Amino acid sequence: MKPRLSHPPMGPPERDDPAMITLRAATAVTTLTALTLAATACGGGAPTGPAASGNPKTLTYWASNQGPSIEADKQILGAELKKFEQQTGIKVELEVVPWSDLLNRILAATTSGQGPDVLNIGNTWSASLQATGALVPWTQENFGKIGGRDRFVDSALGSAGAPGKDPSAVPLYSMAYALYYNKKALRDAGIDKPPATWEQLVADGKKLSKDGKWALGVEGSNLSNNIHQIFVLAKQHGADFFDAAGKPTFTSDGAVAGVQQYVDFMAKDKIVAPGNAEYAQNQSLEDFAKGKTAMVLWQTAANTFKAHGMSPDDWGVAPVPLPAGGGATVNSMVAGINMAVFKNSDNLDGAMKFVGFMTGDEEQKILNKAYGSIPPVKAAQQDPAFNSPDLAVLRDTLAGSAAPLPQVPGESQFETAVGTAVKDLFAEAAAGRPVTTESVKERLTKAQQQMPAQ
Amino acid sequence: MTGRLRRAGLPYLLLLPAVVMELLVHLVPMLVGIAMSFKELTQFYIRDWNSAPWTGLDNYRVSVDLSAPVGKDLLHSFAVTCVFSVLTVALCWLIGVAAAIFMQDGFRGRAVLRAIFLTPYALPVYAAVITWAFMFQHDNGMVNHILHDQLGLTGERPFWLLGGNSFTALVVVSVWKTWPFAFLVVMAALQNIPKELYEAAAIDGAGVWQQIRKITLPSLRPINQVLVLVLFLWTFNDFNTPYVLFGKSAPEPADLISIHIYQASFVTWNFGTGSAMSVLLLLFLLVVTAVYLIVTSRGRRSADA
Repeated sequence: MKPRLSHPPMGPPERDDPAMITLRAATAVTTLTALTLAATACGGGAPTGPAASGNPKTLTYWASNQGPSIEADKQILGAELKKFEQQTGIKVELEVVPWSDLLNRILAATTSGQGPDVLNIGNTWSASLQATGALVPWTQENFGKIGGRDRFVDSALGSAGAPGKDPSAVPLYSMAYALYYNKKALRDAGIDKPPATWEQLVADGKKLSKDGKWALGVEGSNLSNNIHQIFVLAKQHGADFFDAAGKPTFTSDGAVAGVQQYVDFMAKDKIVAPGNAEYAQNQSLEDFAKGKTAMVLWQTAANTFKAHGMSPDDWGVAPVPLPAGGGATVNSMVAGINMAVFKNSDNLDGAMKFVGFMTGDEEQKILNKAYGSIPPVKAAQQDPAFNSPDLAVLRDTLAGSAAPLPQVPGESQFETAVGTAVKDLFAEAAAGRPVTTESVKERLTKAQQQMPAQ
Repeated sequence: MTGRLRRAGLPYLLLLPAVVMELLVHLVPMLVGIAMSFKELTQFYIRDWNSAPWTGLDNYRVSVDLSAPVGKDLLHSFAVTCVFSVLTVALCWLIGVAAAIFMQDGFRGRAVLRAIFLTPYALPVYAAVITWAFMFQHDNGMVNHILHDQLGLTGERPFWLLGGNSFTALVVVSVWKTWPFAFLVVMAALQNIPKELYEAAAIDGAGVWQQIRKITLPSLRPINQVLVLVLFLWTFNDFNTPYVLFGKSAPEPADLISIHIYQASFVTWNFGTGSAMSVLLLLFLLVVTAVYLIVTSRGRRSADA
């Protein structure tokens, strides 16, 4: 069965046989079709996906795309799902959903009530999806079914729903941002260790940006990534994008300074190639793997670099820099994937069992090893495999200096509005126009006006 | 009596399946869409539409309030879409008609050329537009490679998917994708113009240009009436091209209304406002279509008389 929303929800009307004979009839029909399309395009409520069948022996599972490809995911997960079937007799039908579609698919499932039993969500969507009421809340009782709440790392649970409410999902894979650097490029430029402060990063960056090579890669047109980066920089300037009441505060001095600092890597410091302004498909990782850029700020990028043919000895991993003055401690968002149970599932019992299986110590080790992420389950984290130099940096960041993105219902609107503002600022910088405090503030003001009144 | 009734009812009976399908496929979703536009259908209510509060005209008020950012952006997007549609339709029509006329006379390789001309129309939209997106890339794209590296026409590599050039890129892709349809329709229509007209005109001493102006174009008039309307509606509503080219958030100069409405509903989870914008769009297209049909049909009737 093919879910309808795997393609965007609007399109040109069907192109009928072009040899039209009765002109008037054709005109009328086409007009009606085209006009209707405009009105129905946002109907949204199409049933999607195989609905829970009511059979206690089957489950449907939407997994996010974690590996290098959807096929790779099917292999990795397929083996584990077979184990689950052997243990419980429940057959899990797996669908790996690409990131570009996942949120739309979840929205359509929410609207129609027809969806999977168990699904993966980006942890930053937790509070937004929690507000829809489509996901089973993880009460004390539900946590009891999967071994208890205290099995999970606190920072990961902090990214599973609005504070003070029962989480809408449980953490599955955890990730953190780090500074990936090309060892040889730094050595060649006479830099003996990766920058620990932004000031050092800019100074080193100027040495590295020459002869067609650049110091830092960014994904200027990737809205979510823009948000992840400026969230950290704003935090370091002491600012949050939402106040305690959940109201947007995009235009505070700290937020403006954070956004400006990020865009200035291209506009003022000139350590980012202008072409990065249009990157949105992880081209910056490819550039890094090919040696065109020397550093990149990313979450668990090792598998991607390997897929692009880079040898693990050629890159190093360091914590994301902090400001020189001290004081600030946050240098990453808590990134990760959560697992949720769809309220409309008619095999809730099996769904709980499946979540328990996937978050069990053994599976956590296997899956997180395969995906290069960190287990959000304390016991699984002890495995020596997560002690490698790469992963140790990520693990320590998660444990000590990562903060969750705002867990408010308006988070996804925030990502769109502010992410677009940063994208537009990068476009300005790439075109050689100056980026000033005023121009940053203007964009952020506009973004804040687009937020729905709460 | 019953026989006459039965005979009179037959056409309606035959139409019934089509009417039922039309209602199901088009009219009901349209009415649902209109109903949605009067509700506050945000993420808090999408799970159970009935629980969403009625908001009267609030969604419309937000959409047309030109002093607030939502209304201002919608108007800007609307203006961009109008310019884009007019430009695209004009270019498609011009290229399509010109190509069809050139292809009218037989020559060696005509069939091959016709097939090549139709390729963009036959390609899957996604694959074609993704290819264009690659070609428009700043660093490695073919467009910049030719314009900048080979021909040296530009001082610096221009951006095509960001800033002002994005509008040009959008028009180019849209025209490329759509003009073969104009070509196909006009080509079919040309076959119906009697050869004798041209022969008579040639005997009377009319040149090629005069033949085109006095015979070809007037004969194409009824076809053009439909063609231009269809092209306009398709272009105006086109979602795939900008979406594949620019992603979820199109650059301001190329912010077409379809993407804009998508963003206002799907990306921000506010289906009520999105629906209100859709209904406004529907009303606009209805008015345009009605005015267009009245004007062009009246013109034709008086020409026929």
